[in-house]
Amino acid sequence: MEALSVDIGRLKSGEVNLGTSIMAVQFKDGVIIGADSRTTTGAYIANRVTDKLTYVHDRIYCCRSGSAADTQAVADIVHYYLQMYKQHMGREPSVHTAASLFQNICYQNKDALSAGIIVAGWDKEDGPSVYNIPLGGGIFRQPWAIGGSGSTYVYGYCDATYQEGWGKDETIEFVKNTLSLAMARDGSSGGVIRMCVITEGGVERLFVPGDRLPKFWQGQEVIGKTFKAAADTEMIVEG
Amino acid sequence: MTSIGTGYDLSASTYSPDGRIFQVEYASKAVDNSGTTIGLRVKDGIVLAVEKLVHSKLLVPGASNRRIQTIDKHIGLATAGYLADGRHLANRARSEASNFREFYHSPPQVKDVTERLGQYVQVYTLYSSVRPFGVSTILGGVDKTGPNLYVVEPSGVFFGYHGAAVGKGRQLAKAELEKLKLAELSTREAVFEVARIIHLVHEDNKEKEFELEMSWIGAETQGIFLPVPKDLHQEAEEKAKAALDNFE
Repeated sequence: MEALSVDIGRLKSGEVNLGTSIMAVQFKDGVIIGADSRTTTGAYIANRVTDKLTYVHDRIYCCRSGSAADTQAVADIVHYYLQMYKQHMGREPSVHTAASLFQNICYQNKDALSAGIIVAGWDKEDGPSVYNIPLGGGIFRQPWAIGGSGSTYVYGYCDATYQEGWGKDETIEFVKNTLSLAMARDGSSGGVIRMCVITEGGVERLFVPGDRLPKFWQGQEVIGKTFKAAADTEMIVEG
Repeated sequence: MTSIGTGYDLSASTYSPDGRIFQVEYASKAVDNSGTTIGLRVKDGIVLAVEKLVHSKLLVPGASNRRIQTIDKHIGLATAGYLADGRHLANRARSEASNFREFYHSPPQVKDVTERLGQYVQVYTLYSSVRPFGVSTILGGVDKTGPNLYVVEPSGVFFGYHGAAVGKGRQLAKAELEKLKLAELSTREAVFEVARIIHLVHEDNKEKEFELEMSWIGAETQGIFLPVPKDLHQEAEEKAKAALDNFE
């Protein structure tokens, strides 16, 4: 049990945790970012429809995992820096610039923060790009990135499934399926799936309700055909 | 010099009744006395050149007080005016460039450094306790937008140029620069032109010895700001002298 609470061990008692599944994938014309919607304080779900996909500039978003308070504060600071960047320099900041700002804060305050952030977006120089900024404040450019407690369950699925050269629709399916699998296994993830499609043309938000999540193996062989009917009445505990 | 004796020229923090700040204008005069400095923005790069006047025959050539300095891998700076002020501004430009790199994890554009240097210079026109910088600074470099050339004046204003000349011989140098098709020139060709112009401009100041200082950045230097190599420097200087002899 101790091993599972490593992440939570960094939080103060009562602190709100994004025990999360988040993801970002680049494709030809842009990036798809996605997240579940669960926020917890211990076992209690503080918010079941959280928006963990956070705007930091016109074509740059971040996916937040870790402490809700920490990541909101960091995202707010970076949002401010990027506004200043545009006014001072008179040009749009690149995704790399945004990711570097996140990284500076996450690295310099690594002892105080619990923040795992994925920065993704589109810019004129590089087109679509995804940057992973995990706990210690490193920075890694990746074609796809997953994060949060739920991500540990789906690394294998992503490695086996992801392919270069996908279009928008295939990438959306990949994100939706990955998050659904992660949410099914991870107790700290769940609720709905929120996604954003970020391209040169703009940002499109997508929403998958909790009862429309893609379904995979549900364990019928183990639980039996009565599973569906039983669910309506009482839980059956198999001996 | 109607300003002298009126009392409005003693401090940079006092306007004259017709709205001028004489201390800033005097700073520009300091620039006008200096050896000529030229910057060229051409097709694929930048060339900076300086006519460094040698005050004593006992000086070791090329050993000290370079007037062209490196700010970042891809940005150089040349000054005209008080050399020590120029070195101070170069140090400021260097720390601005390195701060930018650390903060954004990417190289600054020439314009970014120029803007910050302009702000720094401007602050020295506001207070009675300081004097404005006695230098005009030519900043040149190649960034992701291409070659860029700027001049920062003692007042803190700056402009972008295709070709710039400051210092004693600027009028003649500018007239020569306007004859060139700068947008079509290669950096190598620009080295020859700039050497010729510096030598031509020096004709009016012949009693003094001078050293020609040249640095460049372009396709040939792999996007790094460097002194012009010895052999090319020598070739350009020989051609410049030959062109002058034909001219006369």
